[in-house]
Amino acid sequence: MDYRICSFTGLKIHKTAEDLIKWNVVTAILFLALGGFMALLVALTRWPSVHYLGPANYYRFLTLHGFDALLLWILFFEVALVHFTSAVLLNTRVVAPFSAWIAYALMLVGAVFVNIVTFAGKADVLFTSYVPLKANGVYYLGVIIFAVGALTAFGNFFANIIQARRDKAYKHTLPLGTYGLAAASIIGVVTLAHGAVIMIPVFFWSIDLIKYIDPATYRLIFWGLGHSSQQINVCAMVAMWYMAAAFVLGAKPVNEKLSRTAFVLYILFINVASEHHLLVDPVLSNWHKIVNTGYMMHLAVLASMIHAFAIPASMEVALRNKGYTKGLFDWLKNAPWGNPAFSATFLSIIGFGFLGGITGVIFGTEQFNIIRHNTFAITGHFHGTVVSGTTTAFMGGTYLLIPYIFRRELVLPKLATIQPYLYAIGVAMFAISMMAAGSYGVPRRHWDITFSNAIFSFSFDPSIDIFLSMMGVGALLAVLGGVIFIIVSLGSIVFGKKTS
Amino acid sequence: MAEEKKTEEEKEPVPAWQLFYDDIMLLFFLGVAIPTLIYTVWGLMEIVQIPELPVFKP
Amino acid sequence: MAIKEPERIWWKPYTRDERLWVAMALLWMMASFVFMPVYHFIGAQNPPSETYRVRDKEKFRALVDGMVNKYKVGEEKGIPIVKPEPGSDVFVQASMWQWYPILQLEKAKTYRIHLASMDVTHGFSIQPINMNFMALPDYDYVVTLTPTTSGDYYIVCNEFCGLGHHLMVGKMIIK
Repeated sequence: MDYRICSFTGLKIHKTAEDLIKWNVVTAILFLALGGFMALLVALTRWPSVHYLGPANYYRFLTLHGFDALLLWILFFEVALVHFTSAVLLNTRVVAPFSAWIAYALMLVGAVFVNIVTFAGKADVLFTSYVPLKANGVYYLGVIIFAVGALTAFGNFFANIIQARRDKAYKHTLPLGTYGLAAASIIGVVTLAHGAVIMIPVFFWSIDLIKYIDPATYRLIFWGLGHSSQQINVCAMVAMWYMAAAFVLGAKPVNEKLSRTAFVLYILFINVASEHHLLVDPVLSNWHKIVNTGYMMHLAVLASMIHAFAIPASMEVALRNKGYTKGLFDWLKNAPWGNPAFSATFLSIIGFGFLGGITGVIFGTEQFNIIRHNTFAITGHFHGTVVSGTTTAFMGGTYLLIPYIFRRELVLPKLATIQPYLYAIGVAMFAISMMAAGSYGVPRRHWDITFSNAIFSFSFDPSIDIFLSMMGVGALLAVLGGVIFIIVSLGSIVFGKKTS
Repeated sequence: MAEEKKTEEEKEPVPAWQLFYDDIMLLFFLGVAIPTLIYTVWGLMEIVQIPELPVFKP
Repeated sequence: MAIKEPERIWWKPYTRDERLWVAMALLWMMASFVFMPVYHFIGAQNPPSETYRVRDKEKFRALVDGMVNKYKVGEEKGIPIVKPEPGSDVFVQASMWQWYPILQLEKAKTYRIHLASMDVTHGFSIQPINMNFMALPDYDYVVTLTPTTSGDYYIVCNEFCGLGHHLMVGKMIIK
């Protein structure tokens, strides 16, 4: 068996795991670049004084932006984390290398299918592809192939940890980082199973083998895929926070029981948050809505509150142990703010909590949802969770994986130091502006909010122009931060000085 | 001292909750079953039970 | 450490500050828990849940046409303005890319507005007061609505419904 010992962490790294992580991370970064480029085009169109794209291109690139940035970048990175936590952290091997590579290949083929067919203008249905809007069959086929690949990758996680137990790589309890990815993988199975259940019939419907797909059933099950996949991100992101705190600061969870309780609550209850998309839909009863969003969902919010306490607390303890004990905040002042892996993690915690988490709880309340559903505020909310939270955390993760897995030093370290700040400020600016504009009723996924060619035209409150311009400026900042990330990460992977 | 402590620990039974938390396969089952039942299956049951549009007086 | 297996028994009691934090979070959660169902009884604005299946779209279209024939009071840009009786069932039809007809409602009177789509999914977004509901094909969503302020309101479609999505604007007049 081909192993090496990591000189930074002392971890025993299986060659296959290393290769899988490398390929998945690089693919993830490439799709982030693509998705980020679409983001720029879309944001420039929503900036009223620029209004860059025409309507057809706007909806097309918005479809691609959602798919590439929300699904591909994040899931490829999560598969890298699957192998990192189940093989590398446990100092063991990838049990079924062949199926792991098949998973990677399927995900890539599905991703390429969707990108090509959408780019060719055959699938202007946006990320949600609500039936009876119909895309070319290749689109649904691509989604299915991708989902099967991702499902296989999560299956690899379980195979790895079961074999690791047999190999005595761990005794009873998984390390917390691996535990977080176990939660992510469980949720991943729920998610992708929902995806298969609905996308396979829709594929047959798109090639006219099935006559009818019920729109309400589609929405119900689609969101079992669409929203739950964001819960995979939450778990993987939180696991990344714990791991980054451990790698960078040597932090230890203040209480394993507390942190694990939070993950168990995620596993059991977070998935029903899919209901948030259906609160002002016909079809479902108030009780279905209340039980799914209220009773169950809030247990998952409690879990996030626990992480929000446990992770900063563990950082504080670790830094105090290093001798930064003066006063209340000496530890905070002396945290490694110049280390992009740390700063990205910290900014991700703040961004996810304050921009994404709290707004999610508010907009997910039945009554509040009436005044926010499908407005730009929702777009602001999920950019708070997915971009400011997950993407920033994974950028921090990339800065750790470059020395540990790629065995390269960072090129342009100065730029890398400012990158997380630039990105986080940009994202915060546009997420907040989107929420502000949305509170005045500006719709999401809309090419022309001046309604210049519509039969009735009316104007929103003029203050939305300020918010939407702020959004544009924020988006430019974030894109700049994103470009720096891509230059630094890919640059380091290709040209970085080899570490011994 | 360290040796003594270790034997002491080995005797102490592992709390049931800890065993539950460590049982990934049980959590897997519950994690799939709970949302599938209270979100998906319940939702589908409501969808099939929706009444047909009644006759309205013009 | 989060990257290593913890000691054999990690199930240990919470410390005081952990307890305090979890208790505070739990209280906030409980408040939210209780709020949602309770507001259904004490609140004036709740998501409606009355809904019907529309197996035959023509049946819904006939209801819309019947209402237009009976209550039409005018026309704007080719779309009829309808003034239905307070308390009655009112039918609004969404299609690519039009809200039909224009409703003229009286302030402080209650109406049962039936929303249904004739083709794809649309979003019924009343502006500028910003209230949003979904209009699905094959389903009728009954929104019981009591206007509280008079004026002209616009119905924006806020669910992507094809390339003319941004052209889909309707109108509602409250007198």
